[in-house]
Amino acid sequence: MTVLLLILSIIPLIAGILIKVLYVPASEGIDISGAHIFFTIDLPLGGLPITESQVNSWLVILSLFFFCLFLTHGLKTKNMSRRQIIAEWIVNTVDNLVKTNMGEFFMGFGPFIAAMLGLSACSSLLTLIGLFPPTSDINVTGGWALLTFILITYYKCKAGPLIYIKSFGDPVPFLAPLNIISEVATPISMAFRHYGNVLSGSIISILIANLLTNVSKMIFGFLPGYLGGFPYLRVGLPAILSIYFDLFSGALQAFIFAMLTMLYVSGGFPEDEYFKRKRIKEAKKKQQVIENTNGGV
Amino acid sequence: MLELAIGIILGGCALGAGCAMIAGIGPGIGEGNAVAAACEAIGRQPESRSAVTTTMLMGCAIAETTGLYALVIAILLIFVAPGRLVNILLESIG
Repeated sequence: MTVLLLILSIIPLIAGILIKVLYVPASEGIDISGAHIFFTIDLPLGGLPITESQVNSWLVILSLFFFCLFLTHGLKTKNMSRRQIIAEWIVNTVDNLVKTNMGEFFMGFGPFIAAMLGLSACSSLLTLIGLFPPTSDINVTGGWALLTFILITYYKCKAGPLIYIKSFGDPVPFLAPLNIISEVATPISMAFRHYGNVLSGSIISILIANLLTNVSKMIFGFLPGYLGGFPYLRVGLPAILSIYFDLFSGALQAFIFAMLTMLYVSGGFPEDEYFKRKRIKEAKKKQQVIENTNGGV
Repeated sequence: MLELAIGIILGGCALGAGCAMIAGIGPGIGEGNAVAAACEAIGRQPESRSAVTTTMLMGCAIAETTGLYALVIAILLIFVAPGRLVNILLESIG
């Protein structure tokens, strides 16, 4: 069972590589054309293209799903396995992160933040096995940012829509347009930050790989036949840069996206008003219960 | 004449991309200041190293945003805009 789940979590990645090899045409030289469109589904409101970024993000989701099952199946209270310790460490870390950044009220956000961290980091790290990273597509990060924006607005409306509308004229009412612009700019800046970082990393990787190919052709070009055309310098050297541009940058951006989600959601939540309202509601309820019992007697 | 028009479009796009990346100066200075302040803080209180490093990375990534906007515009100008503009030119000629 354990081995089966581990194999199931690796299969999506192998499937991704197979799909890439079989269906995506190889690009020659410097070619940044974005995600490859596999096919388009015709809908009444226009076509729905199924792109490489969608396929790859679903593969990442499947892979993470089976990996989580692998970590958490067969939990015990005694004689814990190594898997369980890793799973508990992940849950504890994310819970601590949420607690320190958002407070006790938002403890239910743990799974959401963990899912966002895992999906974002693994999507960016797909470049390590040569697949197209879904996060270098503006539509993917834009969708996540939209989700965050809905959450922010929902928690701002938690203490009543009137307080939400009032918060736009916060220092002085005539600054309301600026407040609306800054409200809309939040998801846009989040989406562009993540997308720009991952895309710039992959573009720099492509440029360096191209440069190394040309330099090695220049140096080793005198060798006969196939030996002369082989890009020797591309073996290993780009991996050093990949440590920063793919590993560090991808993990950092995932962390920052999750961190900003937490800060914006908890920052926009009107705590005092919400608890005041809650107290008034509870007091009213109590009074009603007392009146009802009195009326019954 | 058509070659000249296409040449002007390509040259304009390349120049625009170069000008857009002047915005890279701002984040560079800002991040340098942030890291300098973080180093000072760690020097004063070495035990707060991990908290300062996390906060500094957060701040650096947010300060980078303006640079990334410029980068996105430059990428659009280099890889997307020339094709679109040349298509518009050809359509207007007919």
